[in-house]
Amino acid sequence: MKACTGIMLALLFALPASAEVDKRARSLASTCAACHGTDGKSVGGTAVLAGMDKAEFIKQMTSFKSGQRKVTVMHQHARGYTDEEIEKMATYFSTQSRGE
Amino acid sequence: MTFDRREFLKIAASGTLLTAFPSIAFSAPELMKKKGPRVVIVGAGFGGATCAKYLRMWSDKKIEVILVERSPTFISCPMSNTVIGGSRSMQDITHQYKALGKKYGVKLIQGEVVAIDTAKQTVNLAKGYLKYDRLVVAPGIDLMYDQIEGLSQKIADEQIPHAWKAGPQTALLRKQLEAMADGGVYLLSIPKAPYRCPPGPYERACQVAFYLKHNKPKSKVLILDANPDITSKKGLFLSAWNTLYPGMIEYRPNAMVTKVDAATRSAKTEFEDVKADVLNVVPPMRAGKAADLAGAVNVDKRWCAVDFLSYESKVQKNVHIIGDAVAAGLPKSGHMATAQAKVTAAAIIELMNGRQPDPDPVVNNTCYSMVSDKEAMHVANVFRFNVEKQAMVSAEGGGVSEKYSEEEGSFAKYWANNIWSDVLR
Repeated sequence: MKACTGIMLALLFALPASAEVDKRARSLASTCAACHGTDGKSVGGTAVLAGMDKAEFIKQMTSFKSGQRKVTVMHQHARGYTDEEIEKMATYFSTQSRGE
Repeated sequence: MTFDRREFLKIAASGTLLTAFPSIAFSAPELMKKKGPRVVIVGAGFGGATCAKYLRMWSDKKIEVILVERSPTFISCPMSNTVIGGSRSMQDITHQYKALGKKYGVKLIQGEVVAIDTAKQTVNLAKGYLKYDRLVVAPGIDLMYDQIEGLSQKIADEQIPHAWKAGPQTALLRKQLEAMADGGVYLLSIPKAPYRCPPGPYERACQVAFYLKHNKPKSKVLILDANPDITSKKGLFLSAWNTLYPGMIEYRPNAMVTKVDAATRSAKTEFEDVKADVLNVVPPMRAGKAADLAGAVNVDKRWCAVDFLSYESKVQKNVHIIGDAVAAGLPKSGHMATAQAKVTAAAIIELMNGRQPDPDPVVNNTCYSMVSDKEAMHVANVFRFNVEKQAMVSAEGGGVSEKYSEEEGSFAKYWANNIWSDVLR
């Protein structure tokens, strides 16, 4: 049983690397790196987007976009993206590991 | 830590251009024999270094990437104005390339490109040539010294720095300010747009004023701007100047410097002769030399037109141009260069696999200006491809800070640390 779980886990961890990555999502997410680090792995100060819950990312971006949440910078970026693009970025970041 | 010798092939830099002696191209050996798909990148600034890293990352290291750069270290233009202001050191803005080799397997060559043959698909260095399947030219800018009488590279290096490429001139300008007596005049001349970093000159005025206010309060900052008005974050800069440095900064629009005299320390515009103690004359600029070597400079003899889906040159096949050299309605900024680098990396991988690049690229840009040692403000925009215009255009949203603040000063620091890491580590 234990061995079985081990194999299952190994398979699960192997999946993200071999699975076809959504390249459009990856490209959309990539220019956030100037502030949020490569693949959302911030090196300090800003929110770590890597591994962020997908629904949470969408909720935050939507509240920036609507102006519901007052912020310094992000409302100006959020308004530039369509809902579909925000959803794609949310998926991409949620599948990134938080650290190295 | 030192460079991995196998990854870092140090080739003696040569300042001389050998384009006049094409025979060298025939006698020189092939460097690093090409065995598989390969991209050669010329220039390891924000654009070139990012493109190298992301090509390796996104191709699962299947594409060989050779990055050619003349400088041994990466010196960041963003934040270099704070070195002039005194709140950061040259060391703070100087970074190493070694992680690109160690972590991503980018092959770094320190050297000067002397010729590019786009028909044969080769890049010549002093000691030999490299073959490529695709070439990325990230040449940054060259200063057009000949546009200002009395100015030359030598005079800029020794007496009248522009400090518009972070490096020795940044340190020289700082030294000149330190040597200036209280009550002196610092003159900043700004060329007509487009130039690298639209808000950069106005940030520099803030940084110089910051230093003078605390050390030489009777001194003056005089800005001669060739443009009809402040070209970026106007309201915010005026507010910073009036609040933080009242009475210290004088701004003159439509004042294009056409002549300088290093001996008398004076600058001439159409209307007046101005004397100053420190002259910081920023000449007009154009795409860097490597873009000429690639035959890709086709807009106003200064910039390079590209296809915005791949950044492939409009006039040279398999040659991609990124960063400040590109003719576009996009800010010439470090962040934008990294954004273009990523679009290019993704497109090159698709093209080398016989597929088409993403037809709808969307990128963003955030640019902070430090108005003192701690306070900053920003401009932020998303840009997307417009099919009808075949251009990148500003998306909805976008805008600037309400006011400069210490909070944004911290954000600027986070931005710098994250982008340096994204480019180099």
